[in-house]
Amino acid sequence: MLKSRDLALIAIFAGIIAALGLVPAVSPFGIAVPITAQSMGIMLAGAILGAKRGALSVLLLLALVAVGLPLLAGGRGGLGVFVGPSVGFLIGWPIAAWVVGLLTERIGRPYRVVQGAIANILGGILALYVPGIIGMSVVGGLGLIEATTTSAVFIPGDLAKAVLAAVIAGGVHAAYPGLIPARRDRSAAPDRVSA
Amino acid sequence: MAGQAVPLFHPGTSLVHRLGAGTKLLSLLVAGVALTVWRAPWQIAVAFVVVLAAYAVARLPVRLLLRQVVRLAWIAVPLFAIQLLLASWQAAVGVVGSFVALVLLAGLVTLTTRTTAMVDVVVRVAGWLRRFGVDPERVGLMLALGIRSVHVVLGLAEEVRDAQYARGLRASPRAFAVPLIVRSLRHADRLGEALAARGIDD
Amino acid sequence: MPEIRVDAVSHAFGDGATRRQVLRDVDLTLVEDRIGVVGGNGSGKSTFVRLLNGLIHPDEGRVTVDGLDTVRDGREVRRRVGFCFTDPDAQIVMPTVAEDIAFGLRRRGLSTAEREERTRAALTAYGLENHADHPAHLLSGGQKQLLALASVLVTDPDVLVLDEPTTLLDLRNAAMVRRLVDGLRQQVILVTHHLDLLDGFDRVLVFDDGRVVHDGAPAEAVAAYRDLAMR
Repeated sequence: MLKSRDLALIAIFAGIIAALGLVPAVSPFGIAVPITAQSMGIMLAGAILGAKRGALSVLLLLALVAVGLPLLAGGRGGLGVFVGPSVGFLIGWPIAAWVVGLLTERIGRPYRVVQGAIANILGGILALYVPGIIGMSVVGGLGLIEATTTSAVFIPGDLAKAVLAAVIAGGVHAAYPGLIPARRDRSAAPDRVSA
Repeated sequence: MAGQAVPLFHPGTSLVHRLGAGTKLLSLLVAGVALTVWRAPWQIAVAFVVVLAAYAVARLPVRLLLRQVVRLAWIAVPLFAIQLLLASWQAAVGVVGSFVALVLLAGLVTLTTRTTAMVDVVVRVAGWLRRFGVDPERVGLMLALGIRSVHVVLGLAEEVRDAQYARGLRASPRAFAVPLIVRSLRHADRLGEALAARGIDD
Repeated sequence: MPEIRVDAVSHAFGDGATRRQVLRDVDLTLVEDRIGVVGGNGSGKSTFVRLLNGLIHPDEGRVTVDGLDTVRDGREVRRRVGFCFTDPDAQIVMPTVAEDIAFGLRRRGLSTAEREERTRAALTAYGLENHADHPAHLLSGGQKQLLALASVLVTDPDVLVLDEPTTLLDLRNAAMVRRLVDGLRQQVILVTHHLDLLDGFDRVLVFDDGRVVHDGAPAEAVAAYRDLAMR
């Protein structure tokens, strides 16, 4: 059963992912496709809250989008985003956060940036692109190969974001310890209480 | 910045506005199934006539429709070109036309339905999942808490940005995200405590 | 007035090298109408008031409210002891003003009509009737703290604990909170750094390093606290 603090963390992180969608788009390496920090928010949800809470916060964000809030990057939202060709990526979001979270919990505390980046790539790119490409193929009427090629434009940007997300997660875990279990004693997740 | 989380709902008194949220969602579902089965060019044309008529009945400003079309262009145009190249113009119209029509219809549901009415539908659907351990009251609470939290975090994001400008820092993603997330997590601690005090865990 | 008993309570946070003792063997019986709690940062006063509604369970000893144990009967205790925190933004949990007030009334066995009636009454009583359907984030700081108080008081608790409710408010809003608290029928336990809020209180506790170092009338308690701060 989720306790009140878990509920608060899930709700607030949905807000964080929404806020990261509003960070102005940057184009790393001068590529033409603008990227926003939002897909980084998905990786961060898992890398900071762990598998269960991370995936639930992404799910909550999607529910807020579905009921009509424009919380996706660029102010998109509403039901329309769930019937377009990128629906597979939205379905992949909570899965991605869950996988990143699972791997991050394996790394344990203290957080390690290099392993964190690998977790973000495995969860935030590999686990995300599988449903993403399938969705693109189904809705867009493309073969899997064409769908993969079309989606591949975003991979360089997502790789950069996976690394950046690990650096950010490292900074957050250092300033706010206790969200992921310690490496030696994985069974106990100590609760942080403010005095 | 905080203004960006205003619901997409566009108030009105039209027939479409007055339809129940559940009815509209069900119609959308039916349309989705229909458009995966019927995709001949003339069928797509019928679909567009129906969707545009629905927008007209809802008396929504044309710019709301155009904005959605523009947003779809980045994916619709390349997909159309690929289909044209690899298959036929009929396939291009069928594939791209069906999802554009569906996205516009979904947009119509969002534009004409209050967020609270949508939340009620979600809670009702969650009630069907009770046997799988889903607590509909909690689902409703989480949605409300999520809406509230979006505004709280957007407020915190503004504070972090102001603090950076005041200290003359350039807005790098890391210098923005770390303090924003840490502040938000501390806020979540206080929020969790307030929820516990108001009996959420009882 | 309700009787709150704190029996031989000790409490620590963390473990190993980070372990910090925040309360040491505190023994108190609180029956007065208006009780103030003062002390420096980290003196244990915030932990102390969180024991009173079971937000924190004591490591040693026990806390009871009218005989109800805060650990065993936590749910009943929280219905009797309302809690108002420092940061109003963190205690407003629903998107709009009326929804937040109504939120506290759920699972109270009230009919929808009763819930609406009590919500409307609270909106009027705290001067929020013109903001009922406004999003909470558009309220001013003072209005937010009013809303937080209204949302707790609408459930009609017997005890109201306030943890530095005026720290984030300007003087005018602090005075407003003071007037509001003065008019309450509830037993009030107020943690504050604004010492003038404690004028007319029945009893003031001074905390230092996890102990109650002074317990008495406001004037002498405030003097004792000032001495402590200057040392």
